[in-house]
Amino acid sequence: MSAIGMLPLEGGAPEVAQVPSPVRGRDRVRDTPYPERPDPSPQPSPERERGPGASEAGEAGYNFAYLDEGTKRMIRRAILKAIAVPGYQVPFASREMPMPYGWGTGGVQVTAAILGRSDVLKVIDQGADDTTNAVSIRRFFARTSGVATTTRTTEATIIQTRHRIPETPLREGQTLVYQVPIPEPLRFLEPRETETRQLHALAEYGAMHVKLYEDISRHGHIATTYAYPVEVAGRYVMDPSPTPKFDNPKMDQSPALQLFGAGRERRIYAVPPYTSVRSLDFEDHPFRIQEFTDPCALCGAEGVYLDEMLLDDAGRRMFVCSDTDHCEGRRADGHVGTGDAV
Amino acid sequence: MLAPGFADPVHDAQGTFRAVMDALARPGLLQRLDAGLEPPTPLTPELAAIALALTDADTPVWLDAGLAAAPEVAAYLRFHTGAPLTDDPARAAFALIRDPARCPPLARFAQGTPAYPDTSTTLVFAHDAITSGEGLNLAGPGINGMTRIALTPLPDSFVAQRAENRAGFPLGVDLILAAPGLVAGLPRSTAVTES
Amino acid sequence: MYVAVKGGEAAIDNAHRLLAEARRGDPAVPELTVAQIREQMALLVDRVMAEGSLYDPDLAALALKQARGDVVEAVFLVRAYRTTLPRFGASNPVDTGAMTVARRVSATFKDLPGGQVLGPTFDYTHRLIDFALAAEGTVEPAAEAEPRADAGTCPRVTDLLAQDGLIELSPPDDGAPVGDLTREPVDYPADRALRLQALARGDEGFVLGLGYSTQRGYGRTHPFVGEIRVGEVAVAFVPEELGFPVPLGRIRLTECQMVNQFKGSGAAPPQFTRGYGLTFGQSERKAMAMALVDRALRAEELGEPVASPAQDQEFVLAHCDSLQATGFVEHLKLPHYVDFQAELELVRRLRAEFFRDSDSMQEAAE
Repeated sequence: MSAIGMLPLEGGAPEVAQVPSPVRGRDRVRDTPYPERPDPSPQPSPERERGPGASEAGEAGYNFAYLDEGTKRMIRRAILKAIAVPGYQVPFASREMPMPYGWGTGGVQVTAAILGRSDVLKVIDQGADDTTNAVSIRRFFARTSGVATTTRTTEATIIQTRHRIPETPLREGQTLVYQVPIPEPLRFLEPRETETRQLHALAEYGAMHVKLYEDISRHGHIATTYAYPVEVAGRYVMDPSPTPKFDNPKMDQSPALQLFGAGRERRIYAVPPYTSVRSLDFEDHPFRIQEFTDPCALCGAEGVYLDEMLLDDAGRRMFVCSDTDHCEGRRADGHVGTGDAV
Repeated sequence: MLAPGFADPVHDAQGTFRAVMDALARPGLLQRLDAGLEPPTPLTPELAAIALALTDADTPVWLDAGLAAAPEVAAYLRFHTGAPLTDDPARAAFALIRDPARCPPLARFAQGTPAYPDTSTTLVFAHDAITSGEGLNLAGPGINGMTRIALTPLPDSFVAQRAENRAGFPLGVDLILAAPGLVAGLPRSTAVTES
Repeated sequence: MYVAVKGGEAAIDNAHRLLAEARRGDPAVPELTVAQIREQMALLVDRVMAEGSLYDPDLAALALKQARGDVVEAVFLVRAYRTTLPRFGASNPVDTGAMTVARRVSATFKDLPGGQVLGPTFDYTHRLIDFALAAEGTVEPAAEAEPRADAGTCPRVTDLLAQDGLIELSPPDDGAPVGDLTREPVDYPADRALRLQALARGDEGFVLGLGYSTQRGYGRTHPFVGEIRVGEVAVAFVPEELGFPVPLGRIRLTECQMVNQFKGSGAAPPQFTRGYGLTFGQSERKAMAMALVDRALRAEELGEPVASPAQDQEFVLAHCDSLQATGFVEHLKLPHYVDFQAELELVRRLRAEFFRDSDSMQEAAE
């Protein structure tokens, strides 16, 4: 069965699209713990960047992408239900993974369940490909599946993320897999699962609005800055994972499929492509995202999320892109920031 | 002699799943599914591939009259999936329907519960043909605006049944629509109307 | 010019090498063997097996060696390995009544059939550091006793009480399939079998603390140790294709049957109730604490108010697992700077508004 395609056919005339095309050949990641292979060509295709275990499982003794087939089937069924009921948290029998709970076991299980040989995987944490946990998870998949990995948002078919959505707009055919610590948006209003389940069943979300409004009366603002609750497809209130609310608008009507995995809490949920994702707000206090006064000091980008770097003990600091791939891409294209501290 | 299952169990199952996942994520958009299976008739290669990819001992499977009448089909599915077969559509995790025109009413399958809407049946239809760009209008999550799909054959009073199914959201059944070499999805979230 | 921080990959590699070196310690000191850990750190091995949900002393010993003696880390290694093992099915229930006991004590009866068997216990040792152990030496062989006439027959104390109807009966085996915590997510309310599974693999310290809290009034159960027994039982499995039980081997278990406060009503005569604890290997502390919490978690079933942490199954089950707990607590050391930046921005804005408002109020006052 060689030709199972991800290629959608519409109206009899196949749209040739969803296969990622490498744009630039820089900064592809080599995560293999195996001996160096010959340097990739300047424009490597995903095939060439494949890990050594591409056709067989990369790591002796373990199945392709680590999980056994029975576990994958169970997770896959949960994913299908999650897609069919957008925003609803599907219980699944999360397995113990070789990384700790809290390190992304839910996202890792979702990625392992959907990953195939032709995928190109990108892993980010805090928007960056080179944070230690992103490196560790990317290596895990390179070792256990041999799939190609990349740091480039445009090249990836699957992007696993913790805390950010890439700045580069996602496109059809891409899947964004979120690592989720607490999937229940109502958890901090009601700690009991038995209660929150009923609230979702009844679509009873008044308490969430009350909580947000209490912030306004106390601070003049909604004081939730990340993991800001959203309503999906007009029905379920959903936790978008601890992304800053800056990223919430990117979820709305995204061409990409968004999957959420919470390993410790054993829940999977999803937002299909082209689905309404509305951040909860009030007529007199509309939802607003964070704004930064200065552009990225490295690439000059505005309207992106920035990390604040402390430069010395005299309070000098600098704001730079949180999305390292986006920043590097802009600099490669000749954009330059001031390089100045503020 | 039992017909073989997937030639490459790991990657064929993954490929089939991804086609089904994309189908449900983009309702009405056709995904290629070249199953490479030759199951006993009247099971189709696409029904067989989806069953092998998604069912196992944890998922009771319901067969429609045509499939249930062929003992080789049950033997094939039992051997390759280990899934228990059930006579009761309301207990089925998956239902395989060879003849969509004579499918029991959707309401007879498990609809899930308000607390656990995921405990519903996923129906897999084997159509003779599916074409997009004509036929029924589809709208809802996963659809950029509106899309169209034509099913041959079309189950009786399909639009009315789907409207009822949609009205019960988040309860309801999800449909996986297979045709030779193709698969499409109609999750419960999709609104289906006559064009 | 500021340059973005890089080098995560090299840092991870180097940290792993450093860890390997630290694990080994001073190379002048002989390296521990797995067999030494298994034989001489046996109770630690037992705990790793119990919380790891996998009966394999050699593997648990190896995990402890690899984990530098960190119990939770060793449990983690065992559990992650366990995940990858194929599951053939469930064994027949083991019969602890037929246990070959190494130790068996009852706090409710001075003497009973099978006798009190003190066995290897710290209970009556004086906790004085034995400096002789710092030097190597041979151990005096244990005394051999003539077995009692009724040795080998060790009926459970609870069965003896049940004969007179003084204690509630063990729920009969209704043949219904028993859930498996490791294969299905817990759906609250969880039945007793699932609760016992969670407690059996729960963190010893957490379960101990909860059990202790019931004794101090947070969900009192008036417990008596009906019996604790430690010893070996046979495990048998019925393969589908054979249809008859095949012995798999013997495992060492600790079982605690707690006899608790009686209940009764106009309709039912008063009788004692049960709390149950069972753990791999020898761990009386864990089995006893488990039995206390098991009984406390039955509050609702027995018509008692649910007012204390140990009686609240969502609280207990959601928090007793050491891997889930350590994972989520320790994940706080992962980078959170994106979210922190979001909070920083808000706090700065709120402070600016606060000072602007107080300035304008001051101006107004002047």
